[in-house]
Amino acid sequence: MSETSATARRFRSGVSHVLLILVAILFLGPLVYAVSTSLKPADEVFTPTPELFGSEIRWQNYADAFTFAPFGRYFLNSLFVAVVGTLVVVVASSMSAYAFARLKFRGREQLFVLFLGTLMVPQEVLIVPMYWLMQSLGWVDSYWALILPWAFTAFGTFLLRQFFLTVPAELEEAARVDGCGPFGSFLRIMLPLARPAIAVLTVFTFISFWGSFLWPLIIVNSVEAKGTVPLGLAQFIGQQGTQWNLMMAASVLAMVPTVLLVVLLQKHLVRGLLVTGLGGR
Amino acid sequence: MTATDTTEAPPGVPPDRARRAGRPPALRRDGRYASVFLAPSLGGLALFTLFPTAMALGISLFDWPVFGERKFLGIENYTQLLSDPVFRRVVLNTTLFVVLYVPLNVVVSLGLATWLGPKIKGRQAFRVLFFIPVMTPMVANVMVWRLLFQPGGLLDSGLQSWFGINAPNFLGSSDWAMPAIVAMSIWQGFGYNFLVFSAALDQVPQSQLESAQIDGAGPFQRFRYVTWPMITPSLFFATTMTLITSFQVFAQPFILTQGGPGVSTQTIVMYVYNQGWQFLSMGLASAAGWVLFVIIMGITAIQFVGQRKWVNYDV
Repeated sequence: MSETSATARRFRSGVSHVLLILVAILFLGPLVYAVSTSLKPADEVFTPTPELFGSEIRWQNYADAFTFAPFGRYFLNSLFVAVVGTLVVVVASSMSAYAFARLKFRGREQLFVLFLGTLMVPQEVLIVPMYWLMQSLGWVDSYWALILPWAFTAFGTFLLRQFFLTVPAELEEAARVDGCGPFGSFLRIMLPLARPAIAVLTVFTFISFWGSFLWPLIIVNSVEAKGTVPLGLAQFIGQQGTQWNLMMAASVLAMVPTVLLVVLLQKHLVRGLLVTGLGGR
Repeated sequence: MTATDTTEAPPGVPPDRARRAGRPPALRRDGRYASVFLAPSLGGLALFTLFPTAMALGISLFDWPVFGERKFLGIENYTQLLSDPVFRRVVLNTTLFVVLYVPLNVVVSLGLATWLGPKIKGRQAFRVLFFIPVMTPMVANVMVWRLLFQPGGLLDSGLQSWFGINAPNFLGSSDWAMPAIVAMSIWQGFGYNFLVFSAALDQVPQSQLESAQIDGAGPFQRFRYVTWPMITPSLFFATTMTLITSFQVFAQPFILTQGGPGVSTQTIVMYVYNQGWQFLSMGLASAAGWVLFVIIMGITAIQFVGQRKWVNYDV
């Protein structure tokens, strides 16, 4: 390899890196703009020339967002719905996944196909009858309605079954010889081994509950009491004199939990994506 | 229905006869446990997915107001949909969104994933970065872009002060509203396929690429004849999923334009929402939901039939 071609290669690689960094900056633009706006005084949101900072850095906007609209309430509601929803999803899917991966019973394959078939049904087909069902149960405008309808999905069953199938059968057989029943080996052997898979499912489920919009829009009547974060944000649309700086503060806060999850669990997420090929709803 | 009924020996049949019938005792015991393990999921899916799916078809055959008397209509809701110019426009808008969004998403995500090959430093950081908007709440993302597109927003003021040109009213113009929605959607969504493609590209053996290079294959030929055949399964998977989800587009037009100007950016899901919860006509909303379901099933079926021609599972 000659000296010049090595230099040329290094040059090309350098240009490539610089271009990539430019792409990344462009990509980050909207997020930087959101943070920048969230720290500006209200009358400096729209300026003739783009400016990163206003005349002052108003951290106060973040506090004001919580008094301007009941965002504290929205955050608590979202947190409650997402945590309880995720818990139900993880418990129900790990149990059924264990049955499909480890227990032998007649009709297992057919039942599993039925489970997978439910993945095909889009939410939009379900919302009308689901609303009617919630009305019949008296659950409109309740936490039940926000959580339960979407807490039983075949996605989690599918994901965890894949993991349970990779656990060597000998481990469980040894436990059974030692007097462990299916419940014992499920709790003491399979669940601890499946921790990475459960982490992936937890994150995806939490995020899909946290960001869910269409269903809360339909089922929540008293936004001030039962509203979730996306619903609270959307409330501002169409209102006169939108307080964009406060809105952006609230939007940025709404992103914080999920951004943290992505950054902290990046390795698990990539692996989870590969295993499942799905990313929430 | 439980999965276990049939695996039990009938009462009174001694265990040895059940065994002679070809079923080991563990299987019979497993069946009983299986019903316990399956009960929550099976009950939940039956109540909240299977039953509503069938119910949706039923409701779509009725004049079904939220309050008041229901009347059986047969397929009248469907014929009404087909003759409704708004619904036709809505199907057209959704199709336009899909036709613009899906290829652009694939080109951007595959292009960046190829660019960010193993020789690029800090690729893990780029991966995380591009994935952030996929996971942050859609409504928060759309809010940011609504401000961005606003007259006087970053795009407008940027174009004016740097290039001296007036920006179009992105969200208020029927020419610009749909491209604006597509642009926003690509920003928020391409990171997902980007990750899928990155992972697929990592599986392509470097040795094969290098030997192709030694044989004189240029970058394009290397991509076409070495990389492409190995990533077609991922491409198939990603395009199918992206097609399905993009037909369900809702939050972006709902918050950016409210379907406007006029109905120029209203989508099928917005139509379902409006019919059901603005005009309180559940029958029509349900019929529109089923039309969407049928479109999605049709597209998926076409994808699966078409894959034989271009997806390569042998490598």
